[in-house]
Amino acid sequence: MVKAPAVRIRGLVKRYREVEAVRGIDLDVAPGETFGFLGPNGAGKSTTINILCTLVAATSGSAHVAGFDVDTERDAVRRHIGLVFQDPTLDAYLTGEQNLRFHGELYGVDRSTAASRREEMLRMVGLWERRGDPVQTYSGGMRRRLEIARGLLHSPRVLFLDEPTIGLDPQTRASIWNYIGELRDREDVTVFVTTHYMDEAEHCDRIAIMNEGRMVALDTPDRLKAAVGKDRVQIVTEDDEASIATLREDFGLDTATHEGMVTIRVPDGAGFVPRLFAELGVPIRSVTVTRPSLDDVFLAHTGSTIRDAERVERPASPILAALARGR
Amino acid sequence: MSAMTDAQVAAVRVPTGGLGQEARAAFAVWQREMIRFAKDRARIVSSLVQPVLFLFVLGVGLSSIVTAGRGSVDFTTFLFPGVLALSVLFTAAFSGISMVWDREFGFLREMLVAPVSTTAILTGKCVGGATVATLQSLVLLALAGVVGVPYAPVMLLALVGLLFLMAFMITALGLVLAARIKQVQSAMPMVQLIITPLMFLSGALFPLSGLPTWLAVVTHLNPMTYAVEPMRAVVFDNLDVDPATRATLDPGIFWFGWPVPIWLQVILVVACSVALLGVAVARFARTE
Repeated sequence: MVKAPAVRIRGLVKRYREVEAVRGIDLDVAPGETFGFLGPNGAGKSTTINILCTLVAATSGSAHVAGFDVDTERDAVRRHIGLVFQDPTLDAYLTGEQNLRFHGELYGVDRSTAASRREEMLRMVGLWERRGDPVQTYSGGMRRRLEIARGLLHSPRVLFLDEPTIGLDPQTRASIWNYIGELRDREDVTVFVTTHYMDEAEHCDRIAIMNEGRMVALDTPDRLKAAVGKDRVQIVTEDDEASIATLREDFGLDTATHEGMVTIRVPDGAGFVPRLFAELGVPIRSVTVTRPSLDDVFLAHTGSTIRDAERVERPASPILAALARGR
Repeated sequence: MSAMTDAQVAAVRVPTGGLGQEARAAFAVWQREMIRFAKDRARIVSSLVQPVLFLFVLGVGLSSIVTAGRGSVDFTTFLFPGVLALSVLFTAAFSGISMVWDREFGFLREMLVAPVSTTAILTGKCVGGATVATLQSLVLLALAGVVGVPYAPVMLLALVGLLFLMAFMITALGLVLAARIKQVQSAMPMVQLIITPLMFLSGALFPLSGLPTWLAVVTHLNPMTYAVEPMRAVVFDNLDVDPATRATLDPGIFWFGWPVPIWLQVILVVACSVALLGVAVARFARTE
């Protein structure tokens, strides 16, 4: 059976007065996929997600989520998506279970199954024992897990996670990704996630990178890395100058010196090392082979590493700006 | 993979919406107000202190000098319906303005992204605020006998109904303010700024008879006046007073010499509530 795409975007444009935040993007996300959505701040990520979640109207183009038009079938889209925002949206005075119950009522979850569904979700994120405690007694990681449980309570077809691990410690981040992996297996849900952590993007089936309102890359993490190119081989030798000369003349390779090490870029770094030992003719003290990382991918497509990009003040989306003004 | 997961998923059925779902969402919002009210004992106590002070301190303190036209009616008896109105005024205004805190802590977003209308959410909030305020005023209502107001069942029921209606209107007003106020720290001063004049210019604390022109004009423009006067009329219907005293203490509301009937006053309050709720819905739908 061929299923309709979970997310289908065609020619999407969003203009805020003179600023064009999204400049015509097309995208299909398959059902069941875990899809990573990356880009520097101000790239149009948040705007795109807000359009998909029916929080912002597009200027032109179309978007369908779970088969429903975000423009004309707002409530149908909302019933079939789960949202976990970057900022907390829990009532800290209510207990964990009361938060879920409230959500179930608002989303019209069938009364006969609501209680068992709440239990299932709370158990999945490991909060069943704490269900009766007010949320204000929860840690940051527990709150985030509760938000994920809540986002899934009404069995959405697509779960949007906006920076699900931001501000959490590495252990908690890892556990959140365990839950995300688990829920994909159990819930048959499409996960649409934005993150600033490149190592986390590795968990995704496919990744899109947005830059300046356009989609500049779209593929699996492995293929994106392969496309960026070559592995990096760094060596320390007895005589670096002689090595550089040999590499240039006999191997035909350009070299560069980084951090006191001779650096070469080759397609297959691991396979290159034996030849290097056999043919260099200069004793080698150490060798490091580095595969391209998603950071390199990001750099290649946006001209900046994600950490550099983070330092740039973002022209935020109106919703986020309005929320920020509320602070 | 999909065959395996399809079998495992105990997906819940999500209905297609409609009026039933809107009502269910509004009820859930109401229920949350109840849960939070029950948990917040400090708020229950503190919101009762002010009306009790008004009734017994201001009332008793002034009754020795306020004698004009009072006849057999004690000043605290006169004040009673007004103080009932005050007791719901602040609680209801606070319920409405609490949306500012909901925004601050993000919960507003959880409510507004749900597949239900903003009207359903805000209606639930208004009914919740009105319920909380009315529940609190019951404590004060129980003191009726202390200030010489009989425990007439029909009167008490009418008062509860009128209090609920007024609280609904004030909660809606609080929501209108909350849509505009983004800063938590300016929320309470704003309540004071708006609610205190509403209170003083409503006839809750003084009779509407023999007012200077400017004060008469302002009180007649104040919707609170039309919420307070029916309560006073209901109480005075159950008191043993001579017509002259009643004409002084409870003269009713006149528009250019025409006595405004109680039912019309109630309709005005209902209309005002609906209008305020409409404004709040429009503002929240547009700005959030």
